[in-house]
Amino acid sequence: MNEPIISTHDLSVHFPLTGPLFGEKPVVRAVEGVSVEIGKGSFYGLVGESGSGKTTFGRALLRAAPITRGSAIYNDGEVKYDLPTIKKHELTDYRKRAQLIFQDPYAALSPRMTVRDIIAEPLEVMGLTKSREETDERVREIAAKCRINLEHLRRFPHAFSGGQRQRISIARALVSKPNFIVADESVAALDVSIQADVLNLLKSIQQDMGLTFLFISHDLSVVAHTCDHVAVMYLGRLVETAPTRELFANPRHPYTKALLSAIPSLDPDDQGNPLKLEGEIPSPTNPPPGCKFQTRCRYAIDLCRKEEPKLDKLGDDHDVACHRWKELAA
Amino acid sequence: MSTPLISVKDLTLSFKTDEGLVKAVDNVSFDIAPGEVMGLVGESGSGKSVTAKSLMLLNPDNAVYDPKSSITLNVDDQSVDVFSLKKASEQMIIRGGAISMIFQEPMASFAPAISIGEQMVEQLMIHSTMNHARAKEISIEMLTRVGIPDPAQRFGQYAFEFSGGMRQRAMVAMALSTKPKLLIADEPTTALDVTIQAQVIDLMKDLVKEFHMAILFITHDLGVIAQTADQVAVMYLGKLIEKGSVRQVLRNPQHPYTQGLLDALPRLDDLDRPLKPVEGDIPSPLDRPSGCVFNTRCPVTLGNECETIIPKFTTNKDGQQVACLLAQTQEAEA
Repeated sequence: MNEPIISTHDLSVHFPLTGPLFGEKPVVRAVEGVSVEIGKGSFYGLVGESGSGKTTFGRALLRAAPITRGSAIYNDGEVKYDLPTIKKHELTDYRKRAQLIFQDPYAALSPRMTVRDIIAEPLEVMGLTKSREETDERVREIAAKCRINLEHLRRFPHAFSGGQRQRISIARALVSKPNFIVADESVAALDVSIQADVLNLLKSIQQDMGLTFLFISHDLSVVAHTCDHVAVMYLGRLVETAPTRELFANPRHPYTKALLSAIPSLDPDDQGNPLKLEGEIPSPTNPPPGCKFQTRCRYAIDLCRKEEPKLDKLGDDHDVACHRWKELAA
Repeated sequence: MSTPLISVKDLTLSFKTDEGLVKAVDNVSFDIAPGEVMGLVGESGSGKSVTAKSLMLLNPDNAVYDPKSSITLNVDDQSVDVFSLKKASEQMIIRGGAISMIFQEPMASFAPAISIGEQMVEQLMIHSTMNHARAKEISIEMLTRVGIPDPAQRFGQYAFEFSGGMRQRAMVAMALSTKPKLLIADEPTTALDVTIQAQVIDLMKDLVKEFHMAILFITHDLGVIAQTADQVAVMYLGKLIEKGSVRQVLRNPQHPYTQGLLDALPRLDDLDRPLKPVEGDIPSPLDRPSGCVFNTRCPVTLGNECETIIPKFTTNKDGQQVACLLAQTQEAEA
């Protein structure tokens, strides 16, 4: 693996809730003790059900969610920032280097701005260009890269389809020439025929510009096709992480296995779905003791109900947090 | 074939808008047999929801149905012409009587200030002669049936107290409590996580068997279709372009659009296969292409002919139907 551009250790994000006047206030433990290293130039996938904390984790890395505990370091070779204690002027610089692509291209673009103004806004806000001509130049350059028709720059977002809008929002994220991009469910709202197009675009841009992506998705088949490394989250914890092929060939955590077997097969005669999960993800305000997955896990034993498993190294970059993975693999 | 449960013929529907008449559904015909699951697939904007809503006359007032369109519902040895139902009392048969519908976003489909149970009871009492106590009994029974734990207590709760998966289950319970002959499911699992989606799909399959009910299953997810449907119809820009059994259409797609959809799908069994998008964007319904509606994005277009001639359905020897000039020519040559 290349040098990590992002490395977190024991990163936690908690959101306090309003509670009783006295006594302990409830806390939503959205992310709890997550340690990952995202290699420079990688396409890092983060999967899990809704409520697993994947979006919060992505936002914490952009300093858009508070970091309660643990460390997170950004190091692109030029600069190195310690994210929990980042200073204000450093944060301004960090915003140029780390960007976010949103899920819903219909909500992410202002209906009152032209496409040109939408893409130019980061440049103007961050003061990256000196003249209008220079701004226009940069906008045209990035628009061409994202395959946006240059004649469309004068139009408003309402004139575009979902796929075109997502390309505009990708162009906006890229215009400040970032090194690290968090793509939060960036293709979830798109039709399959368009989804493939946007995925291919993200891939080619990543290779062209040497970007690092944190690709958040609930769709395992999309992740399998685009990412080179995958981390699986459940209830704020990292339960398994491995290079994509390794993970899909040898999933070790019962949750990963269940996620994989829940994907409906395209073959009508393949109805085998032996690992179906019962019930739903528990509330993060009141997580179960021990392993967080024990309430839905068919292999849970007493140990799982008492003690939370740590990430075990299997070698080949494959880590899993399960007390029983060795027995289950046998 | 025996009498179909519902028969849609030449359904053509436009919306009156400020920019003129916009055609949303163009000459769509299909039948659904009793107990059959029909999958309706297509991209957003292809007219699948509008088609389904026509069966219950739920389209807004600016919808204009072409006079040639007809929808016939056959229940209890009588056939009902859906477009002749004008009064609300007559329309009850297609709105919750013989046809029920479940929607994509269960949070938006329940009234937020009325308990789930009260909403279930209300529709049961409208559609039958039962009293409140009996309706409550049946509602709780249905909630149990769809796997909601502690149904008697859940009965009095509100939509916000349910999780996404449970809301969709409650929705299914509510739609099925009147024992409809046809259930329209409009993207019922799209807003759910895969694990919950798998649960809801299983539930629906069980209920089809138990109640011998037909389903019109609308989705853009071909995997979900493969796991649920018997028959599949593919729509593009308001037109049906391919129809057949689920095995025919998914294993041996005839229309270039269906082939494109399947090629664009990321598959777990072959990670090296590059993703092949269907080139271009779906045209605006205001600006429908002439000839075959797919000609602007078609990889195998014959050029001029496809831009002028509207392809008709051809049926191959296995009963699979496709509307494509290329298939027509091949048929003629054979």
